[in-house]
Amino acid sequence: MSAVVPAAARSAGRRAPQSRLEAVAGTAFALPAAILILAVLIVPLMVLAVLSFTDYRLGAVGMKAVGLDNYAALFADGVFRRSLTNTFLYVAIVLPVSVFGALFIAILVQARARTRSFYEVVYFLPVTSTLVAMATVWQFMLHPALGPVGTLSVDLGFGRVDLLNDPDLALLALAAIGVWQVIGFNMVLFMAGLSVIPRDLYEAAALDRAGGAVDRFLTVTWPMLGPTTMFVTITSSITAFKVFDTVVVLTRGGPLGSTETLLYVLYLEGFQYFRIGYAAAMTMVLLAFLVALSVLQAFALDRKVHYQ
Amino acid sequence: MRLRGIGKAYGSTGVLHALDLDVRAGEFLTLVGPSGCGKSTLLRIIAGLEVQDAGSVEIGDRSVDDLLPGDRDVAMVFQSYALYPHLSVGRNIATPLEMQRLTLAERLPLLRSLSPRRPRIMRGIRAEVAAVAAQLRIDHLLERKPGQLSGGQRQRVALGRAMVRQPRLFLMDEPLSNLDAKLRVHMRGELADLHARLGATFVYVTHDQAEAMTMSDRIALMDSGRILQLGTPADLYDRPGSLAVAQFIGGPPINVIDALADGGGGVSVGPVALPVPCSLPAGTPIRLGIRPEAVELAGATDGESGLLPARLHRAENLGAEWILQCVLAGGDLLAARLSGAAYNAAALRPGSAVLLRIDGPHVHVFDVQGRRVPASAVSLAAGAA
Repeated sequence: MSAVVPAAARSAGRRAPQSRLEAVAGTAFALPAAILILAVLIVPLMVLAVLSFTDYRLGAVGMKAVGLDNYAALFADGVFRRSLTNTFLYVAIVLPVSVFGALFIAILVQARARTRSFYEVVYFLPVTSTLVAMATVWQFMLHPALGPVGTLSVDLGFGRVDLLNDPDLALLALAAIGVWQVIGFNMVLFMAGLSVIPRDLYEAAALDRAGGAVDRFLTVTWPMLGPTTMFVTITSSITAFKVFDTVVVLTRGGPLGSTETLLYVLYLEGFQYFRIGYAAAMTMVLLAFLVALSVLQAFALDRKVHYQ
Repeated sequence: MRLRGIGKAYGSTGVLHALDLDVRAGEFLTLVGPSGCGKSTLLRIIAGLEVQDAGSVEIGDRSVDDLLPGDRDVAMVFQSYALYPHLSVGRNIATPLEMQRLTLAERLPLLRSLSPRRPRIMRGIRAEVAAVAAQLRIDHLLERKPGQLSGGQRQRVALGRAMVRQPRLFLMDEPLSNLDAKLRVHMRGELADLHARLGATFVYVTHDQAEAMTMSDRIALMDSGRILQLGTPADLYDRPGSLAVAQFIGGPPINVIDALADGGGGVSVGPVALPVPCSLPAGTPIRLGIRPEAVELAGATDGESGLLPARLHRAENLGAEWILQCVLAGGDLLAARLSGAAYNAAALRPGSAVLLRIDGPHVHVFDVQGRRVPASAVSLAAGAA
């Protein structure tokens, strides 16, 4: 198009047409991605938000706006409140154990020369397996009569313990499985983080009298793992918040609702009772928690972990 | 500091071979050599970062072989500076003092606030850090993180972290190699000044002979895990013990040409007899090391003997002087260092025929194995004639 403009005119107003052309081209390039984001993320989210203010039920012909009724009902609902408590409890156990446990194991495994890859594979195996399939194995393991855990607890003198059917212990058992599932993944991330710490820093620390295990960790390892730790913490907490499959397969929220978690209750409301509007409100709450968590961690940790 | 019979091997590859070295108190000693000669390994053994297979390291008349790096009273400046990226400049410099003077509990978050003596110790540390920073002129940078500093500034911080401990021995592992050429020359001067001011012992590792020559009291030139020659910069330049030393020291590098002893107290290059004193039997093959400044242009009309005919290949302008790259009749290259005035007077062009006069007494004579022909053999010739 600019080729037909006479040379004099073009040189006089070159700046404007060219930058306009660039703007058009830029928009054209950005458009497919923008449409995709809109279609698969923004619009569904908005539909969800709108549904959460209605009494829509799956298959119903009509629906009507109910304002904040769903949210009011939600926070008055004992089941929902209990699921919130259970979820937070679950996260409170899984998050620290899976993050610090993974860090501990990563440091130990990192120091191995020959057996390192063996341990990497062993710890990573649970990540590659399907949790639903592995949950059946756990069901056998934890079975009070058949499983080795039950036999062990008898041998140790704790008597016959039925972890999955004890209201005080069931959530703990699920948390243990949750840790087992995610710790290998976190360990691999930490090992990647450990491997890029310059050896010079450890040597400088050794000359600065920070050569002992604790001082090395506090002076070099822990600060240098900052970005890794932030990432691991965020992904682990989101994974823990969304605990679902082990609940469905192993306890179905029982015994006595002691393992009812946010996502499980949400699933019941939406897909078993078809109360879509109510489930949408619940989803919004879950979403709010996850967003708040990510933002909080990003802000709190970001200030301390980036050096450049 | 004293090294006795230091040996080190990685697998079957020997890196250091029964190496002895005495470093005098307060001296600036440079370990220089090509990469892979073992100089860095030696420095790391002195620091305690690596353990030698044989021999012993003594610092101040006491073996430090059983001491951890932090207890040897040495400080090290790394090639990469190895600053703690998460700590401010001030905290980086303070770290060695904090480690030394505070207990673990006094350094831990929360717990440290319980210590009644911590505030007093920290005040002392801050004062010392400020003093060191002022000396290095980085006192305005104490709050910055290393990532916000230029290469030269990081270099100073690394120096500050070493200085603040007031160690008996400073170890420096190619500290200038990450700087640009101009800054490197500048920091060379600063390091030499710093050494003079602190009066501490410096052991400095570099592969750059110019750094070694400009800063050192003494140089240990290393190759293949051995010290080839130990001496002052002037020793190494004027009396190289071997061809390898002569070739490593000096820029532009020394000219090396093949010659024969003529049996009459001189040498000959092809048909030309050169006035280089040498008493070896006639026909003994030798190698001559001729510094570029020992070569000068001779006017074609002088009619004197002992001039090497050559052709000018290329002239390099260094500002105050010129380096002429000449090709001898045999095809050997010979570089000559000339003042600007002498070059202009000669009015040369590439391809011009030139006659080169060799400053015989300043030529180094080596045998074919590269060993220096002893001075006795040279002076003996002078006596016989």
